[in-house]
Amino acid sequence: MSISATNLQTLQDMATQVRRDILRMTHGAKSGHPGGSLGCAELFVALYFHVLRHNNRFDMDGKGEDLFFLSNGHISPVWYSTLARAGYFPLEELATFRHINSRLQGHPATHEHLEGIRIASGSLGQGLSVAIGAAQAKKMNQDSHLVYVLMGDGEQQEGQIWEAAMYAPHHQVDNLIALIDVNNRQIDGDVDQVMNLRSLEQKYRSFGWNVLNTDGNHLEDLILSLEEAAGLCGKGQPTLILMKTEMGQGVDFMMGTHKWHGVAPNDEQLQTALAQLPSTLTDY
Amino acid sequence: MSYFPILNQKDTRSGFGAGLLELGKEHSNVVALCADLTGSLKMDAFQKAYPNRFFQVGIAEANMMGLAAGMTIGGLIPYTGTFANFSTGRVYDQIRQSIAYSGKNVKICASHAGLTLGEDGATHQILEDIGLMKMLPGMTVINPCDYNQTLAATKAIAVLKGPVYLRFGRPVVPNFTPENQEFIPGKALILKEGKDLTLVATGHLVWEALQAAKELENQGIDAEVINIHTIKPLDTTAILLSVKKTGRILTAEEHQQAGGLGESIAAFLAGIYPVPQAFVAVQDSFGESGTPEALMEKYGLKAAHIVAKSKLLLDRR
Repeated sequence: MSISATNLQTLQDMATQVRRDILRMTHGAKSGHPGGSLGCAELFVALYFHVLRHNNRFDMDGKGEDLFFLSNGHISPVWYSTLARAGYFPLEELATFRHINSRLQGHPATHEHLEGIRIASGSLGQGLSVAIGAAQAKKMNQDSHLVYVLMGDGEQQEGQIWEAAMYAPHHQVDNLIALIDVNNRQIDGDVDQVMNLRSLEQKYRSFGWNVLNTDGNHLEDLILSLEEAAGLCGKGQPTLILMKTEMGQGVDFMMGTHKWHGVAPNDEQLQTALAQLPSTLTDY
Repeated sequence: MSYFPILNQKDTRSGFGAGLLELGKEHSNVVALCADLTGSLKMDAFQKAYPNRFFQVGIAEANMMGLAAGMTIGGLIPYTGTFANFSTGRVYDQIRQSIAYSGKNVKICASHAGLTLGEDGATHQILEDIGLMKMLPGMTVINPCDYNQTLAATKAIAVLKGPVYLRFGRPVVPNFTPENQEFIPGKALILKEGKDLTLVATGHLVWEALQAAKELENQGIDAEVINIHTIKPLDTTAILLSVKKTGRILTAEEHQQAGGLGESIAAFLAGIYPVPQAFVAVQDSFGESGTPEALMEKYGLKAAHIVAKSKLLLDRR
């Protein structure tokens, strides 16, 4: 085991607090995407508080540190909460999410100079290409740090994803770890009903990727997979982690459905949800 | 008038290729990406000289734009190369989100613009690219007039921070501007002074405008000729000074009238100093197969068309 029980508990507590932030932010904005955000709380906490070798001061070029890109930008609440709690910008700013004059746009943007964000995302399918480009820049700069990117499973329906999936193995972009949030939900329903992706594992393997599978809501499994993926880097192939998650994880009435993809909780729903996630740190 | 002798006849895409090769030597952080058109874009010399800084992306332009955006993170200066159609319309959302909105230092280099790629026909003849690119906040749009100017522009945009759309073409056209010229983005060039009307052109129609001015001079009309190589940001000072003198303006470009240089100038002048304006441009139409020369003639983009529209413009009250 690569992480102590104490550290694991600290990370789990952080994930719970991030979930509270997600619910309160989307409630405050009366809009946003709580479902996918809740499902990815473990990943963001694992990355920013355990896995990523990142600097405390934000620098756009990110030389000498690991980089993370979010391709499915609509789950911005989980990223904003994690970035604020990791010290990138003040916690109080989370209250401005989706309001006028905020740096916390509905979908992530560099335009307002929010620390931690290096590319705009929201229009789907573009983040894998960007991450590959950044990984190739790292190689040219002789920077041995890694580039991580998260995509959605519904997002795999975009054609650009497959242009990028073809490119990375061809150019031996082996300092890249891509993740797909496999929750089998998208706006119009279950992914396999809306547009069946069939086997992502077979698809990516046939394109020349290493493929790992993990439980994205199980912190220890997830961290072990991220460490295994890092171990595969530098050997000529990019690596993909298929990360199974539950949309709405942690809030009983948001789980088992696609309905909370892009709907914010009302006052009563917020109180019911927060009661299921007792505060572990301090609310913003 | 001051005459511009033709130095030689060259394609502007070769000016891009030569400029890119020189950049390779001067800037170690300049990299090039191409979507299976290395020879057509004249990027092969760069590829040969700097194989580690050249990225073949295959026929996958959307990915190319995303890759280029990502490469800027870490300080590289990516130059993407494909035809103008595939550099803009095909990848508009990728440019909009990953490059323009994200403020990335990508140089989008587009060959075979307009009708004059010729025989391939309308599927490849984009006439909307200037409009698409100029609408994006923060995008610089440049359309040089000949080989020497394209070479100079290719080099100059490496030190211009931010996204740039650089438009050039396939046909061999007169090369008449000075070798080793200084290229200042956003600075209009007054090629000939005149008092009766202002001819403003971009791209290889600058040469047509000069020929038109010569013919107009034979007919006793003194035209001022301005080379607008940078459509955005527009050199509004130069345009205003000129029309305050002449009171008439004609714009010429190998592009739809809608969304083009003429439209930018009309919008500027309408708000500050309205004058009668004529447009030499394609009128809400797709192109078709044909030789570049035949297409220029059929779609009304030759010097003779500029002369005819100039005279109608002068007759307007």
